[in-house]
Amino acid sequence: MNATAARPLMPLAADTTGPALVAQLRQVERRKRLRAIALTLPLLIFLAVTFLVPLGALLVRAVENPEVAGTLSRTGDALAVWDRESAPPDAAYAALLADLAAIPETAQAGVLARRLNSEVSGARSLIMGTYRALPLGENLSPLQAKEKLLAHDPRWAELPYWWAIAKNSSRWTPDYLLASVDLKRDAQGHVVRVGAEEAAFSVILFRTFSISAVVTLICILLGYPLAYWLATLSERKANLMMILVLLPFWTSVLVRIAAWIVLLQTNGLVNRFLMFTGLTGEPVPLLFNRLGVIIAMVHILLPFMILPLYSVMKSVPGNYVRAAVSLGSTPLAAFFRVYVPQTYPGVAAGGLLVFITSIGYYVTPALLGGPADQMLSYYVAQYTNVDVNWGMACALGSVLLATTLILYSVYRRFAKAELSLG
Amino acid sequence: MKLKPLMIAVAAAAVCLPALAQSQLTVVNFGGANGAAQKKAYFEAFEKSGAGKIQQVEYNGEQAKIKAMVEAKKITWDVVEVESPDVNRGCDEGLFEKIDWSKVGNKADFQPAAVHECGVGTFIWSTVMAYNADKLKTAPVTWADFWNTQKFPGKRGMRKGARYNLEFALMADGVKTADVYKVLATKDGADRAFKKMTELKPSIQFWEAGAQPPQFLVAGDVAMTTAYNGRIDAAQREGKNLQIAWTGGIYDLDFWVMPKGGANKDLALKFISMASSPDAQAEYARNISYGPTNNKALAKLDPKVLALLPTSPANSKDALQFNISFWADQGEALEKRFAAWSAQ
Repeated sequence: MNATAARPLMPLAADTTGPALVAQLRQVERRKRLRAIALTLPLLIFLAVTFLVPLGALLVRAVENPEVAGTLSRTGDALAVWDRESAPPDAAYAALLADLAAIPETAQAGVLARRLNSEVSGARSLIMGTYRALPLGENLSPLQAKEKLLAHDPRWAELPYWWAIAKNSSRWTPDYLLASVDLKRDAQGHVVRVGAEEAAFSVILFRTFSISAVVTLICILLGYPLAYWLATLSERKANLMMILVLLPFWTSVLVRIAAWIVLLQTNGLVNRFLMFTGLTGEPVPLLFNRLGVIIAMVHILLPFMILPLYSVMKSVPGNYVRAAVSLGSTPLAAFFRVYVPQTYPGVAAGGLLVFITSIGYYVTPALLGGPADQMLSYYVAQYTNVDVNWGMACALGSVLLATTLILYSVYRRFAKAELSLG
Repeated sequence: MKLKPLMIAVAAAAVCLPALAQSQLTVVNFGGANGAAQKKAYFEAFEKSGAGKIQQVEYNGEQAKIKAMVEAKKITWDVVEVESPDVNRGCDEGLFEKIDWSKVGNKADFQPAAVHECGVGTFIWSTVMAYNADKLKTAPVTWADFWNTQKFPGKRGMRKGARYNLEFALMADGVKTADVYKVLATKDGADRAFKKMTELKPSIQFWEAGAQPPQFLVAGDVAMTTAYNGRIDAAQREGKNLQIAWTGGIYDLDFWVMPKGGANKDLALKFISMASSPDAQAEYARNISYGPTNNKALAKLDPKVLALLPTSPANSKDALQFNISFWADQGEALEKRFAAWSAQ
């Protein structure tokens, strides 16, 4: 901004008083700019430290693969020439023994074992068992090394363990990201789909989006009339009603979930009411299924829809609708053809806000849903806390991040088109 | 003027705080009924002995927190209760201090499974079948009964996840207790377990936290559920008529561990040693029906208390010991398969 402001001044100054003034002006401009930067610096640093650095670390962790490359480098080299179909070369067995013996601490062997185990079940006990049994002998020839290893654990003859080592001997891997969309690299390095019983994440990703879409849709259907009504009220009444809308917004999410459990359980208030009125003969399952998750999520996210809608509706002048009616339109047609299009920016903003917030939901589905209602974040938490497989957790996180960014760019295009229409 | 006393107070606090911190121990457990029993039997006794103050912190078993602390070399937890798969894995990955058993007690006094390089087993608990005796006319006995929705109509509560459920499914399918892990380790066995789970799937209501199953039973949401035996015991103490079928229960240990690099290592070990003494463990078992790991504690308990423990002969007759190394190897793959299964 400052630079563009300075430009028209420059030729003028050069004509009249020469380069000295130009230099002076530039200095003043630079000082101004530095001061502006200095003022925003704390915020920039804060953003970088709390937002960009963790985000970068997340993305790096999703492709980083140091565990095998760092400890089994010689084995990796020995396996580079292997055709992946016949038995691994004897030199690889010798290199493996040498690499394992060179690991100074059990902790590092443990990390290696965990990494390989997430690739092939059983690798943990194989690696740890072999590591603990070291040394298997002095000055072994490659053939002897192979015999010793096979004698210690016959599983060393099985190819999947060697595939896992060969595949992971580079420092970076696409495997976590592939796995988060149900793909994998086979022994030869070709990308293939995983088997039906392992394919979980594409379903979960789809589920995450469909739950979010349903929640967003219900929020629009419930929020729109309410926001419209609020916008037509007098200032004082609208403020009062707004407080009622915001009140649950200020209550802890966990408290609200606990309240929903009390309301929705088999003998809860809702079911008792339904049975009392004779609508159902026996309790309806409202909890630990999709319905319960959606009810609670809509309740929690509704304010995010109402607030942008309300602010847009407040700015819509009433005379357009009046003009339409006076020109012969029916009130209903005027509402849908004149009023509603003017509120699209609010619908888009609220919808985006609700949708993006819901795809990251974790606590509500975890407590109110069954295993078929869990969203992607649940598995991020599972990989972080239970399996301690942070690469996988970060890859799933990256998938969420990528989809959010895509959605946001779609929204921007959509919103711009809407604006130019208006 | 007014600043002066404030400054003195701050300075005094700065001098005193490290002294306070030294005699204060942060002990982390799972809270709930078990946390209350530990507080009564261990924490209060430890504080009374003058060894130091205990700050009790609750968590839900997330090993990520311990991993993050050890990686950042900023240990704020001195003693942590962890489940058995985690003591193995954490030990392999160097998250825990090695235990100096000479300071804890005589290894021979303990249950063999309680003696670990990186942890001290503190109690034996069991995942069992539980039911509300007020609501069921006949008592279910085996896992086949649990799967029999014709004879015992109603929903079934099960833990959200693959662990325990696959073992129960195999037992319901007629696999002998002793062979469960042998069968489950094969591809066919895992297929068989998931197939059996599919049979019951429409009736399953999954639970997430240990407090939920007794609540489900009392509310009448489920006819039977898997549950941690101590939770059922706690509900019984509150006067609820919940009962346990012990056949085919899976028992396991929880351990005390010390995250690596903690500042209060000596005091932490002192606490673990005290909490592993026969007297303290007997007092603990009186407060919640989890089995002591120190065999000498059993002699101090009267038969009534003993009969409720997972370790009593009658209760452990057909029980299965949780296989840590099996789950360490297969856990991640089976949990992922469970996620795929529940989506089907």
